[in-house]
Amino acid sequence: MTQLQARGVVRAYGPTPALRGVTLEVAEGEIVAVTGPSGCGKSTLLHCLAGILRPDVGEVTWRGHRIDTWSEAARSRLRRTEFGVLFQFGQLVAELTAAENVALPLLLAGTGRREARTAALTWLERFGVAEVADVRPGEMSGGQQQRCATARALVTEPRVLFADEPTGALDTLTGEQVLTQLVRLAREQRTAVVLVTHEPRIAAYADREIVLRDGLVDHTGLGLDVPLAGGAR
Amino acid sequence: MGGVSTPHVLLGLLAGGSRHGYELKRAHDERLPRARPLAFGQVYATLGRLERDGLVAAAGQDRVGGPDRTAYALTDQGRVTLDQWLSTVEAPMPYVASTLFAKVVVALLVADVDRARSYLIAQRAAHTARLRELTTVKGDPAATLSDVVAADFAIAHLDADLRWLHATLGRVADWHREVHP
Ligand SMILES: Nc1ncnc2c1ncn2[C@@H]1O[C@H](COP(=O)(O)OP(=O)(O)OP(=O)(O)O)[C@@H](O)[C@H]1O
Ligand SMILES: [Mg+2]
Repeated sequence: MTQLQARGVVRAYGPTPALRGVTLEVAEGEIVAVTGPSGCGKSTLLHCLAGILRPDVGEVTWRGHRIDTWSEAARSRLRRTEFGVLFQFGQLVAELTAAENVALPLLLAGTGRREARTAALTWLERFGVAEVADVRPGEMSGGQQQRCATARALVTEPRVLFADEPTGALDTLTGEQVLTQLVRLAREQRTAVVLVTHEPRIAAYADREIVLRDGLVDHTGLGLDVPLAGGAR
Repeated sequence: MGGVSTPHVLLGLLAGGSRHGYELKRAHDERLPRARPLAFGQVYATLGRLERDGLVAAAGQDRVGGPDRTAYALTDQGRVTLDQWLSTVEAPMPYVASTLFAKVVVALLVADVDRARSYLIAQRAAHTARLRELTTVKGDPAATLSDVVAADFAIAHLDADLRWLHATLGRVADWHREVHP
């Protein structure tokens, strides 16, 4: 069943077009990779789908409700409850410990302190970073930070996780451990994942791959099947 | 990705004690999962050559009969040869010897950009499908570390090929102009 849908989404930054009419659907629990060359609009698409950016033209619907016209407050509530967001560099709150970072989305959603901390510890454990529970991001390795950020993105058991190059800053083995665990837990709790990546081996974890090219979905499914303008080297 | 020295692998499998040909075949296929399985004939032919060269010796025979009844053991010379092989660093890709690469070159020579491009696209689809297959193998809860490490080897190489296929698709038009000025 389709949960999330984009129809004819167009988005530009001033004079620079980023998306030129993207239509796609994400089903419940589906893991979709979004790939394509640098600058093709992957991050912009992710931000539009997650309700962070508003399309100039077109619509984004969540369970049949058009969300791109919602107020910032309403979209932000949706992001806190139904969506999870994860970026390449974890973006943890520097002043908070790992456990406090992971507990934060639960506290914002009204969960009690004790319960939030227990859940946070469970999620840190799942990503193999229980030992840094009381450590601040500044004293963690990049890999530990990214594991915490992944735990934080999943702790609310969102219906969709938006992940932009989540393993881009990690070495191959660490990246793979984080991704394997992310995919396993997402499948367990039927969280859909929109996974932006430029790595074929990462995209191979998804159920389906959407290739973007110059702000459009490449329906050949393979991308780059027409000559590149100017023959980019 | 060929070029594995079966004789040396067999010497290695004999290092722990003597074995019959069929035991060697089984050990080979188990230790090197996802390698092309060894044919019995190949095992016996290799053992014959190793025996001729003095690297292995017959170490007893069950009753009478064919080569499958003979157990082989590593000789001292065999042990030295094995040790030398293990100590030798492989030349890292001394030649660019890939059918993928050669096909694109020939496609540009005998046909045109479209021919090269459609080959690259088809190859990329096949590589992507295989990459997914192996990724699934790794995710199987029953997978052993041997399975995972073997799949990883193939995944890393497919990933590298895919990057090359991508980049080459982006360059093939310019490359054609260079080949046919
Ligand atoms: N904040 C911004 N201001 C101006 N232009 C932007 C901004 N963000 C993105 N763009 C432009 O929009 C286009 C799409 O960018 P986007 O970040 O979505 O690409 P991407 O596919 O995520 O690239 P990458 O793989 O490099 O992360 C590019 O041409 C980019 O230069
Ligand atoms: Mg991006």
